[in-house]
Amino acid sequence: MRAFQNSANGRYFMRNDGMKRGILTAMLLLCAPWAGAEVFEQTLPNGLKVVVKEDHRAPVVVQQVWYRAGSMDEKTGTTGVAHVLEHMMFKGTKAVPVGEFSRRIAAAGGRENAFTSYDYTAYFQQLHKSKLPLAMKLESDRMHNLNLTDAEFGKEIKVVMEERRMRTEDDPRALLQEKMSAVTWQEHPYQHPIIGWMSDLEAMKGADARDWYRRWYVPNNATLVVAGDVKASEVFALAKKYYGGIPKCMLPPRRQYTELEQVGVKRLVVKAPAELPFLMMAYHAPAVRNAAQDWKPYALEVLAGILDGNESARLNQSLVREQQLASEVGAGYDSIARGPSLFVLEGTPSEGKTVAELEAALRAQVDKLIADGVSAEELQRVKAQVMADEVYKLDSMFYQAMQIGQLESSGLSHRDIPVMMAHLRAVTAEQVVAVAKEFLKDDNLTVAVLDPQPLSGKPKAAAPAGGFHAH
Amino acid sequence: MRIKLLTTLAGLLLAASAWAGPQIQHWTTAHGTQVLFVEDHNLPMLDVAVSFAAGSAHDPAGKAGLAAMVHGLLDHGVEGLAEDEISRKLADIGAQLGGGADADRASVSLRTLSVEREQALVLMARIVQQPTFPEAVLAREKTRVTAALKEAETKPDFTASKAFGRAVYGSHPYGLQADVDSVAGINREDVVAFYRAHYVAAGAVVALMGDVNRAQAEAIAEQLTGQLPASGAEVAIPPVDPLAVASEQRIAHPAKQSHILIGAPGMARNDPDYFALYVGNYVLGGGGFVSRLMEQVREQRGLAYDVHSYFMPMQQAGAFQIGLQTKREQADEALALVRKVLAEFVAQGPTEQELKAAKQNIVGGFPLRVDSNRKILDYLSVIGFYHLPLTYLDDFTGKVERVTTAQVRDAFRRKVDPARMVTVVVGVDAGAAK
Repeated sequence: MRAFQNSANGRYFMRNDGMKRGILTAMLLLCAPWAGAEVFEQTLPNGLKVVVKEDHRAPVVVQQVWYRAGSMDEKTGTTGVAHVLEHMMFKGTKAVPVGEFSRRIAAAGGRENAFTSYDYTAYFQQLHKSKLPLAMKLESDRMHNLNLTDAEFGKEIKVVMEERRMRTEDDPRALLQEKMSAVTWQEHPYQHPIIGWMSDLEAMKGADARDWYRRWYVPNNATLVVAGDVKASEVFALAKKYYGGIPKCMLPPRRQYTELEQVGVKRLVVKAPAELPFLMMAYHAPAVRNAAQDWKPYALEVLAGILDGNESARLNQSLVREQQLASEVGAGYDSIARGPSLFVLEGTPSEGKTVAELEAALRAQVDKLIADGVSAEELQRVKAQVMADEVYKLDSMFYQAMQIGQLESSGLSHRDIPVMMAHLRAVTAEQVVAVAKEFLKDDNLTVAVLDPQPLSGKPKAAAPAGGFHAH
Repeated sequence: MRIKLLTTLAGLLLAASAWAGPQIQHWTTAHGTQVLFVEDHNLPMLDVAVSFAAGSAHDPAGKAGLAAMVHGLLDHGVEGLAEDEISRKLADIGAQLGGGADADRASVSLRTLSVEREQALVLMARIVQQPTFPEAVLAREKTRVTAALKEAETKPDFTASKAFGRAVYGSHPYGLQADVDSVAGINREDVVAFYRAHYVAAGAVVALMGDVNRAQAEAIAEQLTGQLPASGAEVAIPPVDPLAVASEQRIAHPAKQSHILIGAPGMARNDPDYFALYVGNYVLGGGGFVSRLMEQVREQRGLAYDVHSYFMPMQQAGAFQIGLQTKREQADEALALVRKVLAEFVAQGPTEQELKAAKQNIVGGFPLRVDSNRKILDYLSVIGFYHLPLTYLDDFTGKVERVTTAQVRDAFRRKVDPARMVTVVVGVDAGAAK
């Protein structure tokens, strides 16, 4: 309806361990014969991997460049630099002055943006297919010719601080999630927010961003994904022409972080201006490492679907509709990540109910599932949704490219997609119970509670007895 | 050189002619429902939407929130099926039910695999035509909506939008806003009466996009709307009066950023200035990273992460709005700058260079507007609901191309008066509130 609003005007960052309403978002499509969904791959001599997904439904194309450098690669003291660099990538090169990148893409009828996550940083343009060479020329130029000045840095860091205020500091639930991560992860760099701590942003210098750029922005640390009305052979030729001359560079060694074993439940409370409390329960859980041999991540995906895959799934049906203990509940899990993952339960208690009651009810749902198992019907329902989503996702070229980029940046391959789909289809009721039992236990758990504070800063008047209506 | 030039030209011609926009088929059912259909068998799926003149502008006095409640309850019980049975049946076949409600319209949409189409449409037909509105579900949903409203009212962006809407629309139905009291007053009789009056065949629009043929599409349109009453309540929405005077509100909130909104009633869907204002707004604050507001507020001074302007075209004049968030200490500086940019733009209009860049982006980017079934479905609904010409998409780039700098300047001068704007700033100290 907001046909005139251009809301996509921010370079932004993504949380990839937060709640995912539509489950199995990371598991997409592929091998759908009706769409001619072929994926082609080639690696240039300089190490740049090029993946092409042909899709001839409309005369458009999307180019995405994914760098395997996200906030998890940052050091203490310069958190947020991956995302800051993402902003600086629009600030010009020797050949393309500041502001010109966006102007040229816009003049070509294109849309563009970028995003940073814990695991990667990615840049994209969507345009008419005839404009792909322009997009490649510009994107390859800033892969190695960025002109990152202190003057532009000084302006842009203020924009990033405004972004942090908007997305995190003034958003109580985002604040809760940020503080929860800092408690959930003791050793792993997922403990730091993608956008960075404010004090690190305040202390950051242009040199920090330049250092980051030199270290990670090399062809052998990137994947180029092109999807659209193109021929793979032509894309490979263009990629060679525009990206092929960029020299390969030695990448610094990457530290493989583990996470110390948790030895008991962790709890925290965050106070923020709000009306209602909010509860998050995050359990440590594995991500896919070997698409063919793993089974637990697939069982966890199905578990999330059984708890929260549709309106009548267990959590909503029982806690919102029947017991009316919560006004909203959810379960989320993402199997695709460079590091370890989390399985999250969350919700808002109904007025007159407490977070303690909601926590007990969520635990009771987990216990019930472990004790009584899951029905063949529930299992089938989750899989039906997964299979349908495979087809629906073919309606979005951008999303298909996105899935390829995420997998390639997480140590997996687009070739794993059919493997993962087959594994998902094969998940059994016993496996779902087994992963619930193994991972949804106190020694894996962080409980975070948002304690709502009145806007005035003054304490609330005590609620009159009987003032709350129970259900 | 010569050869190269020819190749380029040929390439351009191919690009322009090889692909036409979606071919829209249109008809009206016996009961007066418009149907817009695009046949496309590339993917084995169907998208359908049914829209009604049942938005919040039709809320009765004192019952703001009723339209949204009715829309929200449609799939929470139909003849013969309880809410959990409906959602289970949809999930079992991987069907996705969606929809939305704004001030003008309420719509129900469905995405289904071709192989599950018949079952999915049976459910959708019952959701649209036979909702039961169970008393217990209404009571529960009222409680949930109330909780969500109370939560929203603590948020600076919601507070700003609410104050903005009230100031822009005054007592016009577009200014109606649900609150805890108005939701508390909604009873089942209200819900049933609103449904009967507004979910009717005349004026409804069925949009279909995807893997069915014309005969199937005709049968589906009939299946989804044939049981509805032929006609219902009067749905005309009165015109929106222009603002009489400028106003400014400063609302206390502890947020680190001030949320600033500036605007006034803007334009209706059928406004003759539509394209001039649309193209002009791209230059002012609609054009992503290259607009004047973005350049001045963000790129030059780092005052905000997000700054934008838009016209929200509605049945009657929807709002023209500029929005941004900035550290509260610099709210006045940012506000003054935005006002200056707006005043200059209205006074002088875009330069020829800016207009050219705007057209290049909008015309060159047209294929991105219709590159998926979902996007085409939304256009079908809008074209039908607002009685836009069936050639709307075909004419779109031509109309954009023909806009002149003089037309933009003239249209902005008539529609946007910088001296008569609503300003809302949420996120000031309690002592500075007014």
